[in-house]
Amino acid sequence: MTANIMAVFQKQIKDTFQNKMVLIQFLIYPLLALVMEHTVEVPGMPERFFTNLFAVIYMGMAPLSSMSAIIAEEKELNTLRPLWMADVKPTEYLLGIGGSMGLLSIAGALLFALIGAYKERTGAFLIVMAAGILVSLLVGAVIGVWSRNQMMAASISIPVMMVFSFLPMLSMFNDKIGKWAEWIYTQQISNMLQHIDSLAVNIKSGVVLSCNLAAAMMAFIYAYRKKGLK
Amino acid sequence: MKIIEAFCIEHMFGEKRVLDDIHLSVDKGEILGLLGPSGAGKTTLIKILTGQLIQSGGRANLWGVDTRKLKGCDYKKIGIMMDHFGLYERLTCLDNLSMFSRIYGIPQNRVIEGLKDVGLAEAGKTRVKNLSKGMRSRLVLARALLARPEVLFLDEPASGLDPAAAEEIHQLIWQEKQRGTAIFLTTHNMAEAQKLCDRLALLFEGKLVEYGKPADICSKYNHQKQIRLLLHDGREMILPNTKESAKTIERYMEQERIETIHSTEPNLETVFMELTGRRLD
Repeated sequence: MTANIMAVFQKQIKDTFQNKMVLIQFLIYPLLALVMEHTVEVPGMPERFFTNLFAVIYMGMAPLSSMSAIIAEEKELNTLRPLWMADVKPTEYLLGIGGSMGLLSIAGALLFALIGAYKERTGAFLIVMAAGILVSLLVGAVIGVWSRNQMMAASISIPVMMVFSFLPMLSMFNDKIGKWAEWIYTQQISNMLQHIDSLAVNIKSGVVLSCNLAAAMMAFIYAYRKKGLK
Repeated sequence: MKIIEAFCIEHMFGEKRVLDDIHLSVDKGEILGLLGPSGAGKTTLIKILTGQLIQSGGRANLWGVDTRKLKGCDYKKIGIMMDHFGLYERLTCLDNLSMFSRIYGIPQNRVIEGLKDVGLAEAGKTRVKNLSKGMRSRLVLARALLARPEVLFLDEPASGLDPAAAEEIHQLIWQEKQRGTAIFLTTHNMAEAQKLCDRLALLFEGKLVEYGKPADICSKYNHQKQIRLLLHDGREMILPNTKESAKTIERYMEQERIETIHSTEPNLETVFMELTGRRLD
């Protein structure tokens, strides 16, 4: 089992480094954060404002879109069939793909940690980001499993990730949106990042994050049972 | 020893019957060719025989194991080359095979050997998206052969290849046969079928319309039973297959007047047309 997961994992890492469309998503948001953090200064702006803002956008977009695009591409190009015929189980495949995208997403998160100079809070920052990345990966897997091809995956994932990524930003300007956004994992991650220096375990954040994770897991199980990968 | 067996296989897609009462078998070290036009059910039959599709009726066995109950270890003994089996376009030939070598637990040097076997040794570091159609076919074949399978399913293995590349593929298929691999191949190409296959199955509209050795099939439909002579002076003679003709031929041979001599049994294309009323392609 481990050999199959590792084979898929290594393949996906190599493939992603050749796939500029996917790779750029892991670099563009940290780059934007770096530029904005060093060029824009508004009086009264919270510390690491742009780092946190783009970290949340990144966490809602990059893992989700890359996971869905990869699975949908494999379906479209019929590269999954040889894997099943080589006795790779769908769970092994998903763990291999998810693991590789998770690793790249964490590497991107590490760039944000460096840009935001979190120093001794880097570990906490990465743990918070990892929790959000996990939910995004699961949502991306749901979309990938559900989609017949890349076009369909893109048309579903774009509005979904826009909602997840931009709600925390919009909630800054609109209280009504803010109320709804409280139930979305990206908003809770945003809240946690804003208070990362005095990170006390916030029960509401933990509950919302766990509920989002459970909902994503249930959606994945439903999509997998309904559509499958074989 | 029977490696592949099909008994009364039938399959329906909705209301449409795509396979009907298919019986066939392939022994160890034997090549069975499945000939039929597009849409005859060739790929569906391969999918059933490899456990990718559950048939509506009948039974298919690999090594005596029902294909509906194949296990992971069984799959590692099956090599499949199908047109719709994709490759990772952005990865190199080496990377494509390396991934499967890890899955099969095969040493990396076998990957290099595999590429050499199909004439892609020089293209190891070339990305698949830069390969020609023929090279892609060879790479898919290398992947199918990587685990040294006991049974090989080849769907139109030389389709779209130039004659030299097709000949290389034929050589490889022949080598696999010599190694004792049971080979099931589909083709449109009559010459390929006649050259490679020990037995042929002619499939039309989901039914096997003929099954046997290529020479036997051609002989069976040799209604005219004639002999064609081409003489040195350019004249062509068609003689009936009789004692009198034998004397004529003997006389011409003594006179050294014969350029070529051929029997006029039909070729597979003619047999197929006679059986189905249409051409294979």
